Amino acid sequence: MICDVCKTNPATVYLTQIVDGNMKKVNLCESCSKDKGVSDPTGFALADLLLGLGETQQVEQASPAEQCPACGFTQADFKKTGRLGCSDCYATFADGLSSLLQAMHKGIKHTGKVPARLFRDLARFDRLNELKRNLEEAVTKEDYESAATIRDEIRQLESGEVDS
Amino acid sequence: MKIGPILAKRGDWLSPEGGDHPVVISSRVRLARNLSKMPFPGWAKKTERIRILDEIKPEINCLNQMKDGFSEHLNELSAVEKQVLVERHLISREHAAKGVGSAVMISSSQAISIMINEEDHLRMQAITSGLDLLKTFQMIDEVDTALEAHLDFAFDPELGYLTACPTNVGTGMRASAMVHLPGLVLGEQVNQVVNSVNKIGLAVRGLYGEGTEALGNLFQVSNQTTLGEKESQIIERLNKVIETLIQRESQARENLLATRRTTLLDQIGRAYGILTHAHSVSSKEALNLLSIMRLGIDLGFFPEGGRLIINALLMETQPAHLQHFSQQKLAAEERDYRRADIVREKLKSFPKPNNTKESGDHTADPAPESK
Repeated sequence: MICDVCKTNPATVYLTQIVDGNMKKVNLCESCSKDKGVSDPTGFALADLLLGLGETQQVEQASPAEQCPACGFTQADFKKTGRLGCSDCYATFADGLSSLLQAMHKGIKHTGKVPARLFRDLARFDRLNELKRNLEEAVTKEDYESAATIRDEIRQLESGEVDS
Repeated sequence: MKIGPILAKRGDWLSPEGGDHPVVISSRVRLARNLSKMPFPGWAKKTERIRILDEIKPEINCLNQMKDGFSEHLNELSAVEKQVLVERHLISREHAAKGVGSAVMISSSQAISIMINEEDHLRMQAITSGLDLLKTFQMIDEVDTALEAHLDFAFDPELGYLTACPTNVGTGMRASAMVHLPGLVLGEQVNQVVNSVNKIGLAVRGLYGEGTEALGNLFQVSNQTTLGEKESQIIERLNKVIETLIQRESQARENLLATRRTTLLDQIGRAYGILTHAHSVSSKEALNLLSIMRLGIDLGFFPEGGRLIINALLMETQPAHLQHFSQQKLAAEERDYRRADIVREKLKSFPKPNNTKESGDHTADPAPESK
């Protein structure tokens, strides 16, 4: 039997819990069971894991006192509602959210539709990131000639953003 | 347009032109969108919600798709009217509970419905009959593309469309099919099938979504995850599972015909008997029996022409529809009487099940016990 979470390692932890009168079973491998805090049954709800509602716990661990500067939303609010306050909350609580999103979704990078007017910006954003990585690499390799060329391209792209 | 004419008319997906599929009743795709720099509806103050509504509503009114459509604030609708919209899957149960600052807009064909200030600023859905998730997605995608030219949607290059609940972030898309699985239920295989679908990251839920019962052998299959895959990939994954479900359901039906023909005929005969003679029928009983009648048509025990009547009854016997069309508030008991009256009337000329008929598509050996 393989682990229900990572779907690769063999399961060694078998957990049964009664949630709202229904029995739920989950099988976990050693490392996933630790990640999910199964060793501490008080801080773990099977339903949360299965339904992807474990966010409250995880976000809380990440940054207990933070408050969203845009909307004033706090960790405690998230714990209560399971919903965020505004789109800026994703940046405010990014640290806590990333592990949650990873557990909840197929991946952590959006690959679907992009609003048309952002599409151009996004292509530039991706290219910039790529160039910055290349620049770092070139500097590490002490290939200053390439580094200078890359830096020029970065400047050009960034100034293009100012133009538009 | 006021709500009366919309409610009096059957949605495209319930009409005969909609095409009919023996297993998949309808395909639905909804997109969640939010305005950037505005708190999500659940966190916004009343004045902010009204401002958001005032910003979004005129843009939707301008859409071609919404021409001659219906639009109303939730606080202007009666409880029964809201419930009728829920029964038609045009708004969610959650949205029905909203008041000031929330609205619903429905296209004249009822194929597109848009909820403003539900859990997200915008929840837009397209619904079609039968199985065509890709076409359904394209219908709502066009609405989204038209709106994004005028509205600034909250979008992050890494996380995609930002939604109130992290379970919707990314594509903000929930694609779902409503499937009718009487064969698997009668064959007692449905739990096994539902579990295996759940295991591969798709959700199976009851008739009215999250936390609702699977009445009338109707189930909703939908994607659980919204981040990390393209819309088309999610739909493809869902389509594959639905194809398998259709196959399993067909096998289960053939199996019932071959090995448990008497049980099957008994169920169909009882459904027909009760529906044509009872004087008090609850909505739950009606759904379950009508489901069996539908199966009877699929298997050729009733003429194909009866399908329309059964489809219409499936909707009209729902509690809010019943009350809306009798134009009065009815107590539960009175509803059951009224429901039985409607069903008996509609089935008056419905022929008895034709037990001798071998269904053309299911030429299974006649089971010995049926002779």
